[in-house]
Amino acid sequence: MVGVALAFALVGAGAYFGASRGRDAETVIGGPFSLVDGDGHPVTDRSFRGRFMLVYFGYTFCPDVCPATLTDVADAMDRLGPKADRVQALFITIDPRRDTEAVVKQYAANFTPRLIGLTGTSDAVADAARAYRVYYAMHRTGAGPDDYSMDHSSILYLMGPDGRFVAPVSAEEGGAGMAEQIGKLVS
Amino acid sequence: MIVRRWFVFAALASAGVSRVAIGQTSADGGAPRVTDAWSRPALKGRTGAVYLTIRAGSRDDRLLALKTSAAAEAELHRSMDDHGVMRMRPAGPLAVGTGQVVRLEPGGYHVMLMGLTRDLTPGESFPVTLVFEAAGEVTATATVRKGRAPADDMGGMPMMPMGQPAGR
Repeated sequence: MVGVALAFALVGAGAYFGASRGRDAETVIGGPFSLVDGDGHPVTDRSFRGRFMLVYFGYTFCPDVCPATLTDVADAMDRLGPKADRVQALFITIDPRRDTEAVVKQYAANFTPRLIGLTGTSDAVADAARAYRVYYAMHRTGAGPDDYSMDHSSILYLMGPDGRFVAPVSAEEGGAGMAEQIGKLVS
Repeated sequence: MIVRRWFVFAALASAGVSRVAIGQTSADGGAPRVTDAWSRPALKGRTGAVYLTIRAGSRDDRLLALKTSAAAEAELHRSMDDHGVMRMRPAGPLAVGTGQVVRLEPGGYHVMLMGLTRDLTPGESFPVTLVFEAAGEVTATATVRKGRAPADDMGGMPMMPMGQPAGR
């Protein structure tokens, strides 16, 4: 099921990648973002120039998909060995209302110290999600203000040291598969 | 006379009680059996997930509700991949018909825990009670572990369900 979706995502991302080679600015994946980390420090896409970024958009109240993916990310970072230092894993929340700075800090750290959680104003998050072509929407499950889940695209993006999109990374084969994919792309 | 009758009654009663209460080990498979229950590490006050396998008992049944001391609420939910968009929806009563094996797995049906009453850390265990329409309550022990499978956890150590953690 995820495989089919990944296939679509890969085809789509591949098209984007081809186009992003400086020709068609409208279909570029990734771009500037202006968020904050768990300590309230400003973090932008430029904060990690010179290193790769492994970017995932999700939310902390997600019980199933996000923890599964981030557990695999943590595992992949362990398996990468020295190459892991060349990669910064990022978790960007698409639910900034509930996922405050303290929340994303603890959430990300619980998976691995190599994962940084980012949040921000709803506008800043919307800008980042738009740049990465991430779809997200609130799904109400009850009358209370916190009674909702988030629908969202679930794709891992590998961005290069120059900040440009390199490739999507599949979570189909867990952390081992991820480490293999990333290892081939990280110099 | 009276003493002997009491013993007989007690023996019959306890046999009946044990068959209903311990659904997992019932020899005639009356109640559904719940196995392989596991949970991801999660933080107090946040959400968590439990995955498990249900093997149908001797009659058609439906899973109506869930409860656990580890969380304020436990509900059946289902993750769905809609062309790359992940959605999660509350799931209604889950049918467990005779002969069926129903698996709650990552990416599909799962028990969503809300308002965790404590941190869930790898190696710990906690009870999860499944409320079936016909069979009543069946309690399983969920083990907290990091990876997808026991082999993913630290160095090949078998994840044995441990006793209840001394109150936290």
